[in-house]
Amino acid sequence: MSAQTRPAWMEKPRPLTQAAKAVALVAVVLLVCVPFLVILSTSLASPKEVVDNGGWVLWPTEPTLKAYRDILDGGIVTHALGVSAGVTVVGTLFSLFCTVTLAYALSRPGVFGGRPVLILVLFTFLFPPGMIPSFLLVKELGLLDSYGSLIFPVLINVFNLVVLRGFFQSIPDELYEAARLDGAGDWRVLWSVVLPLSKAALAVVGLFYAVAYWNSWFYASLYLESDHWPLQQVLRTYVVAGSGLTDTATSEGAVNAPQTVQMAVLVIATVPILLIYPFLQKYFTKGVLTGAIKS
Amino acid sequence: MLPGLGYFLLFHYGALAGNVIAFKDYVPFDGIWGSPWVGLGNFQRMFQDAEFWDAVLNTLWIAVLQIVFYFPVPLALALLLHTLTWTTVRRFVQSVAYLPHFISWVIVVALFQQVLGDTGLVNGYLGDAALSTVDIIGNPDAFRPLTVAQVIWKDAGWGTIIFLAALSQVDEQQYEAAAIDGAGPWRRFWHVTLPAIRPVIVLLLIMRLGDILSVGFEQMLLQRDAVGPEAAEIIDTFVYYQGMVGGDYGFAAAAGLFKGVIGALLVYAANKVAHRLGEQGVYK
Repeated sequence: MSAQTRPAWMEKPRPLTQAAKAVALVAVVLLVCVPFLVILSTSLASPKEVVDNGGWVLWPTEPTLKAYRDILDGGIVTHALGVSAGVTVVGTLFSLFCTVTLAYALSRPGVFGGRPVLILVLFTFLFPPGMIPSFLLVKELGLLDSYGSLIFPVLINVFNLVVLRGFFQSIPDELYEAARLDGAGDWRVLWSVVLPLSKAALAVVGLFYAVAYWNSWFYASLYLESDHWPLQQVLRTYVVAGSGLTDTATSEGAVNAPQTVQMAVLVIATVPILLIYPFLQKYFTKGVLTGAIKS
Repeated sequence: MLPGLGYFLLFHYGALAGNVIAFKDYVPFDGIWGSPWVGLGNFQRMFQDAEFWDAVLNTLWIAVLQIVFYFPVPLALALLLHTLTWTTVRRFVQSVAYLPHFISWVIVVALFQQVLGDTGLVNGYLGDAALSTVDIIGNPDAFRPLTVAQVIWKDAGWGTIIFLAALSQVDEQQYEAAAIDGAGPWRRFWHVTLPAIRPVIVLLLIMRLGDILSVGFEQMLLQRDAVGPEAAEIIDTFVYYQGMVGGDYGFAAAAGLFKGVIGALLVYAANKVAHRLGEQGVYK
């Protein structure tokens, strides 16, 4: 175990300091992990065990996937899962396309109108339009109760735009010039030179968009009828606000203890993030800082 | 460039123009332009509305609590992580600590209910140990500390990134020189580490002060029903309940516009202060 490298000048820490640090670190890890473990265990436990245990289980004695089978059997949750997945995929692609093209245009010096557009964009960061006018706009545009209302009003995030623009600007000018000399147009430069060099930034920005779409519930509660709700809004209504889930969530009705089913919905809403997170995590510091520091 | 620009013109500037309804008595049937003007009537009503001022006060209260109790946590955590020389452990803790940032508020609130609620984990243990249970979720008195705890749980780890970046730029040789001059770990911390990250701390603090009217809209909205408006109403939820729930669009838009204008002025002022202190600010 020698991943530990202490510079020669640094004295060996005292045991007491070491212990205090270890306790603090273990506490941080446990505070994050234990709640997830409880949710996961409870969703896997049998309803009887959950009731016997007073509503939660730390380690299920007879794990069962029944709760998952129930909610994935074609009820509200199944449908909401499809809505969330669809909105996340389509929204992320749209957002990435629009953010990349705008960031690219704003990153090149001498683009016609570049400076005013940049100021226009940054001003929206300072002064967001407000909830009521946004709602009325979506309504006037006829987007109410369409999935477009979850995507178009939040198409570009200014922070993500600034991150990408910063990244594009950090690419050496010589590369642009070389591509130009070879006769490449803007699209060609963007596609063959800029994007392959910006994978870290694209990964981070893509993750931010995907997470935002996956996690969004408020717009759905404003703009959509309940039979079009994405997963988070279903979760909010049935788990956080505590309406009965059993009648409608599962195709076969009230056969399950609500607690295990509720926890299963929670797990399903969390899992996609846990799945993509490890792949993208290494890019965080790099991607976030390029944008944050030189905006 | 065009799709992105179109987006900003339509959904930001288009919606921004929609703020004219703050000066109108908006009737959905007549549309924005058909509704009658009422001048500053909505604002007059708002300034005389005790509930509005309660919401403003709650917002400021929660913001102050967040600055006092949340703000130092990422800094402390970053300093702790920075002293770790064992990189495997350090990376692992960082990954775990960043994670809650990506979890939705719906899930965070649900998690807190499961752990701290009436029939939750903590009360389960207290009950087993025959101790009296604590009522945390849904208790207006406990609500403000609870929201700060939630913010710490969700974002303290993520907040370490910027401090860690600042710390990583401290020159190793300064530490070495200080150590050779006989400075112990505490003296090195005081004379090398702190001065190096002071600009970042000052900058983030100023920006937070500029943003003081915004405190977790989703977080409060999710819990307002359980706790009641007297503790959980902030300006954003006030706008939501007056407008979207109550249908009083013009009045709600006036409150939203009030917050937008004051908020923009505060951020602008905060940035100016940051420049005065010789910092970069978020924009120039």
